[in-house]
Amino acid sequence: MDVEILSRIQFAFTVAFHYIYPPLSIGLGLIMVIMESLYLKTGNKEYEILAKFWTRIFALTFGIGVATGIVMEFEFGTNWATYSRYVGDVFGSALAAEGIFAFALESGFLGILLFGWNRVKPWVHWVATLGVFLGSMFSAVWIVIANSWQQTPAGYHVVGEGMQARAEITDFWEMVFNPSSMDRLIHTWQGAFLAGAFLVLSVHAYYLRKGRFVDISKKAFRIALVVATVFSLSQLVSGHSSANGVAVNQPAKLAAFEGHFDAKAPGDMYLFGWVDKESQQVWGVKVPGGLSFLLDYRFDTPVTGLNAFPEEDRPSQVNAVFQFYHIMVSIGMFLIGLTLFACYKWLRGDLFASNRLLWVFSFSVILPQIANQVGWFAAEMGRQPWVVYGLLRTSDALSKSVTENQVLFSLILFFLVYTLLLFLFLYLLNKKIKHGPYDEKDDDDRPFQREVAQSFSTPKS
Amino acid sequence: METLAGIDYPTLWFLVVGGLFSGYAILDGFDFGAGAWHLFFKEEKSRRLALNAIGPVWDGNEVWLVIGGGALFAGFPVMYATLLSGMYVPFMLFLVFIIFRAVSIEFRGKEEMAWWRKMWDISYSLSSIVLPFLLGVVLGNVLLGLPIGENFEYEGGALLTFLNPFALMVGISTLALMMSHGAIYLLLKTEGRMYAKLTVLLKKGMIFFMVSFGITSLYTLIYIPHLSDTFRNQPVLFVVPLLVFLSIANVPRLSSKKKYGQAFLFSSLTISLLLVLVAIELYPNLLVSTLDPQYTITVYNAAASDKSLGIMLTFAAIGTPLVIGYTTFVYLTFRGKVKIDEMSY
Repeated sequence: MDVEILSRIQFAFTVAFHYIYPPLSIGLGLIMVIMESLYLKTGNKEYEILAKFWTRIFALTFGIGVATGIVMEFEFGTNWATYSRYVGDVFGSALAAEGIFAFALESGFLGILLFGWNRVKPWVHWVATLGVFLGSMFSAVWIVIANSWQQTPAGYHVVGEGMQARAEITDFWEMVFNPSSMDRLIHTWQGAFLAGAFLVLSVHAYYLRKGRFVDISKKAFRIALVVATVFSLSQLVSGHSSANGVAVNQPAKLAAFEGHFDAKAPGDMYLFGWVDKESQQVWGVKVPGGLSFLLDYRFDTPVTGLNAFPEEDRPSQVNAVFQFYHIMVSIGMFLIGLTLFACYKWLRGDLFASNRLLWVFSFSVILPQIANQVGWFAAEMGRQPWVVYGLLRTSDALSKSVTENQVLFSLILFFLVYTLLLFLFLYLLNKKIKHGPYDEKDDDDRPFQREVAQSFSTPKS
Repeated sequence: METLAGIDYPTLWFLVVGGLFSGYAILDGFDFGAGAWHLFFKEEKSRRLALNAIGPVWDGNEVWLVIGGGALFAGFPVMYATLLSGMYVPFMLFLVFIIFRAVSIEFRGKEEMAWWRKMWDISYSLSSIVLPFLLGVVLGNVLLGLPIGENFEYEGGALLTFLNPFALMVGISTLALMMSHGAIYLLLKTEGRMYAKLTVLLKKGMIFFMVSFGITSLYTLIYIPHLSDTFRNQPVLFVVPLLVFLSIANVPRLSSKKKYGQAFLFSSLTISLLLVLVAIELYPNLLVSTLDPQYTITVYNAAASDKSLGIMLTFAAIGTPLVIGYTTFVYLTFRGKVKIDEMSY
């Protein structure tokens, strides 16, 4: 294998692994803010216990998120030196903003969020929780803006030629509000909220099935269900808006999403299918003209197809892009159905009556995770062969001085370390979940239990 | 070229990056130092105290690395690209060990089993030793210069060329400096027997540093005399090495009087001054090409455009008071000796 493919595998692997965690942190952050706000408002201790429990799980995801996040920043320099020289001037300001306004905010307040429960007043702690949550949201802002600039460059000009060429920023706000950034940011945020909400739903559904921590779990489940329903629905809106943007700005990518080859025919929409690149056919179930309809509300509007682009300027892995995109959409639809159904049961007053529904919720934790991953795979593979759309090819973006052996060495190293990390994460997550929301100190805080404990034990000096 | 207070933007950004690197070295430096001593504490309670001394702050300290790296990338993309691709192996090892450090801190306390804790203790301490060493090794290579050719591409060996004698010496000196720095931090955070033990460890740490720093300086003067050219040409700058010397000497003096708060300040000052020394030796170069001076990377040929630097300087001006504000708040919240509670590691 050559350096290019190894470097691509390494970046894809490290970023995909990293991306298990930040969406959880952002989503759990939102839910923790809600729980702690409810505690401040009602004074009900159960909300505090829930907030503390989810903070412990948040700590786990956040820790791994930070540790695995530094890797990509370094990889820009180590593996993608030409890319770094090319985009540095434009990315610089986004990265600087992320560092100063986002990372410092979240990591600054993290200590208080995790360790400050007994050291600061409840409202100060609430501010810290909010600070960490907002910090993680900001972080997403700048990184998605930087990535969106790679999809739809704006606010720059190119200076120099050949290997010396690089993009220089001309207008900061034009760069920030490049054509795809807002749609993609909202889509990314909502994906993260769903990841967090479904983890909470899953865990409390598990408790409810087992008849453990029932009262407290019902509270948590309802909070998370509201979040999950709202954002499953709004995700459809942002997804649609995002796809419209792709149609305008990156038509080759949109064509790959639906396996649409013909340069000028109306576009079909597939529910599922398989793309045969050789014969330029898609085998599957389709809504004829569906893609045209979604873009223009007419079934016969022509949609630019892959054949409108020279072979070397369009994504080569059409079937993969097609599959990733369709998995994402299907999961999105399923989540809407699931959450609406649960809300309907809630209105009828028998939300927790069906064990089967709770089973489904226990397992659906994996779905937003898969959707987030494949969504990014579709977005990034659909942009190929460009790393900066229309400006810089992925194959030109490499570090010229790096050798196969080096990348192989680091790839194997990351593979081993991340495998270990994943097992540890799942093991500890499982353990925390099995242990439940109450830690020993919280037990003591509950008056009834304290009395029982006192009457059964001899007082110690 | 745009200027502010008579200093051009690339030079200003050079100072910003330098400031961030020294902030990182001072802050994560004591985490590294504390971790490097970890296996010297034999009891479970001491190890927990040592971990929780850095518990609420290490994560925030690591952010300085992210910001410092980002600032280098943003301000001097050419330098960032060449340095990281040229020093591929040490940076990859650095990443792996920084992940291991984070993971060890997070996971150690999650199980009671002795083997579990021992395993994480070892990986935590090993990472804390290797990390400052690797940073020192990279610094040593930067001071020596790298074989840089056309288009500022690194043209040296791929796997082990970063391990030259000078770089190794700088690596060991960096480790030693962080170890005494970390010991002072722990002295501020502990009491009783652990405190007594640390006073002994600190003495060892300071001796380790003086010896290794002395050897490295001697080696530099004899074998790499061009590094002190700037000081020979502008004798007034000699005041900087003099200050370094005084600052280093002040640490054992204050420590022997048990004024560890002040000793920590001077230890931090030493770290900054050593980086100032490096900055003076380099500026306006960032990375000297050992092949051809025309390929030497300087603050000017590596810099982002004035437009970009201007935006980032504005951010830095708005953001710095904010960062200092909430960082101070966090350190004040957790000031004083470590108390273990139910949320501790």
